[in-house]
Amino acid sequence: MKFSILINEGPYTHQASDSAYQFAKSVLAKGHEIFRIFFYHDGVNNATRLTTPPQDDRNIVNRWSKLAEEHKLDMVVCVAAAQRRGIVDEGEAKRNGKDATNLAPGFRISGLGQLIEAGIQADRMVTFGD
Amino acid sequence: MLNIINKSPLDRGSLDTCLQSADAGAILLIEDGVYAATKGSAGEAKLKAAGGKFKIYALGPDLEARGIADRVMDGVTLVDYGGFVDLVAEHKTSQSWL
Repeated sequence: MKFSILINEGPYTHQASDSAYQFAKSVLAKGHEIFRIFFYHDGVNNATRLTTPPQDDRNIVNRWSKLAEEHKLDMVVCVAAAQRRGIVDEGEAKRNGKDATNLAPGFRISGLGQLIEAGIQADRMVTFGD
Repeated sequence: MLNIINKSPLDRGSLDTCLQSADAGAILLIEDGVYAATKGSAGEAKLKAAGGKFKIYALGPDLEARGIADRVMDGVTLVDYGGFVDLVAEHKTSQSWL
């Protein structure tokens, strides 16, 4: 079965990001497919590679990047939510005249159409948020 | 429909809203939502008053993380994350009451 996941809360806030990660891992462990993980609202903060949690704490951002690499996941960050919160890739840096980028590996910035498509293409869509 | 509740009934009204407006189906309590399933809590009374309209599940790892796994009310089925995935697969739609 094809799953899509929507994440609306940032890392280290409450528990949504952790729940979504554990859920995603279990989806894959059960042999299902993840069509897309979409990060929206404060959820886009899951995609900054500049995060530096204490060494004995989980690194939520790196954990997503690793999962995406291992399973070839499509992890999409909403462009409008990302612009507001300073999540920037090279294209966005050029377009908006920024002097740095911070999008973590495995993520890509795109539009809300990708969320709609995720809902249409997947058999199941699960939302995690605040 | 699988209804997912992730906040304590002492914090938010999402459980009340779900119980009032959702059609019969299943409720899965996750994160702070699991507090609703503890014996003697306000949540227990609400879930019991819903009178079997919903099948109630709670996420075991979140109960354990809060130290309340031994205080779960009767009639609640515990699941792990794999069980969470199965519940989503079994129900055609899911609604996270945020």
